[in-house]
Amino acid sequence: MTNNDWTPDQALVSIRDVYKSFGDLEVLKGVSLDVMKGEVICIIGPSGSGKSTLIRCVNALNTIDSGSIKVEGLEVHDPGLNKLELRKRVGMVFQQYNLFPHKTALENIMMAPLKVLKQPQAEVEERAHKLIKRVNLGGKENSYPGELSGGQQQRVAIARSLAMNPDVMLFDEVTAALDPETVNEVLLAIKDLAQDGMTCILVTHEMGFAREVADHIYFTDRGVIVEHGPPATFFTEARDPRTREFLSQIL
Amino acid sequence: MKPGRKTRTRWHGDTDLAVLKPFNFSPAGSVQDLLFSRWMANFSPRSLLVIGLLFCLWPSFAVAQGNYSFTQALDALWRWLPFIVTKGFALNLLVSFFTMLVGTIAGVLLGLGQISPLRPLARFSWLITQLFRNSPWLVLLFIVMLALPFEIQIGDTIYPIPDWLKAVFGLSLPIMANISEIVRGAIMSVPTGQWEASESLAYSRNQTLWLVILPQCFKRMIPPWMNWYAILTMATPLISLLGVEDIVTLSRQAMEAEDNHPELLVPFFGFTLIIFFAYCYPIARYTISLEKRFVVNQ
Repeated sequence: MTNNDWTPDQALVSIRDVYKSFGDLEVLKGVSLDVMKGEVICIIGPSGSGKSTLIRCVNALNTIDSGSIKVEGLEVHDPGLNKLELRKRVGMVFQQYNLFPHKTALENIMMAPLKVLKQPQAEVEERAHKLIKRVNLGGKENSYPGELSGGQQQRVAIARSLAMNPDVMLFDEVTAALDPETVNEVLLAIKDLAQDGMTCILVTHEMGFAREVADHIYFTDRGVIVEHGPPATFFTEARDPRTREFLSQIL
Repeated sequence: MKPGRKTRTRWHGDTDLAVLKPFNFSPAGSVQDLLFSRWMANFSPRSLLVIGLLFCLWPSFAVAQGNYSFTQALDALWRWLPFIVTKGFALNLLVSFFTMLVGTIAGVLLGLGQISPLRPLARFSWLITQLFRNSPWLVLLFIVMLALPFEIQIGDTIYPIPDWLKAVFGLSLPIMANISEIVRGAIMSVPTGQWEASESLAYSRNQTLWLVILPQCFKRMIPPWMNWYAILTMATPLISLLGVEDIVTLSRQAMEAEDNHPELLVPFFGFTLIIFFAYCYPIARYTISLEKRFVVNQ
């Protein structure tokens, strides 16, 4: 199950030839990509191209039909996968924040380390306070999600995920549901993470942001990776007509 | 894409029978299953006054038949009133409390069974729920009354099972089934994102259910739960058909003791109506106000 041979110089997330369909709908048709430790990659593409499904497969929220996904040597596609081990390593932030509405911001952040990882209260509390300051929400510790703006909620969601000390963070269109004026504060929080060396996989429509923070950009369309490259060349020297068309529409 | 939700409800889908359709829980706001409470709570204080007046006028049309006067009937009612209330209505309340207790515990378990990932358990719970939710209460009562022994022997001691306790079990069955649907509906009404977020934070299914989902459901379940309590309380006179000495049985016995004058019917049963109304109407109003408050809070 666990490949103990994994060393940090190998890809932290390794996706190989992944196929996935929902009923008759083929969503992923042979996707492969590697993410090295500390790397930030952005997946862009038209809606329905399978980008969200792809990152949901990385932390086993969706199962794959064939191919392989490895996270630090953990075989995610293995039916006997230890999901706890996987999810300790992989953090995820969703488009709809999905904070627990009956808990305060601080409780949202502390709950999983306390209840799932059984870490000591004092240690978790200290970490939670640091995290909430890190996402610039000092003073909002005792607010309930309903009292926070979308951008604030999303930053709590980021802190909540970071509280588990993951090795890789997945961001699934995290700014898509936000009011335009709050998008920036969330992007800043992610940028801060990225500059700190966190391995990140982002599905995003924020091209400017992708260009700024990504080490590598992947363009997906109809379940395949059409083209990829570093941002410096990707946006200016796209070769595939589908990529060019998409970029022309969005830029 | 919400595959989780789809698989959880899929097998309800292949029916045209309205009764077999899944219970659609609408969170506080437009709750169909509160229709009854709403109807009841809609009585304005003024309409209550009118109903009361009608009650006072009615006998003046009815008394003309005999020489037993309305005042005599009221006197009879007054004499029997303490007995009817402390022995009869008290038993109705006792039955309603125990039924709700048993029905709620069983219903919560059954509701959790319905959303179990173990397919056979989920199907079994669903079947039981539908069976008892769609059976006439009186028939269930008859079956339980006749099926349960009137005494049980444990060791050398024989314990009689009082009729009212059997009635509790009989009435618990439909309550259980309806609570089961409330629980299932409330759990399903929590957005799937909550499950996914918990899953991605490494919560197990049980941890998710108990730490994340159920605490959010609790408030939503209170108004429909109270609604069923009011419905149940008003159904308790059914047990008089089985000989349990509840308010209706005792009223009839009292009227017999007063020589069965037909003039007694309106005061005695009118009083029964009023006492049930006086008990259930505040519950209905309170349910509505809770419902409104939870809408604001959510």
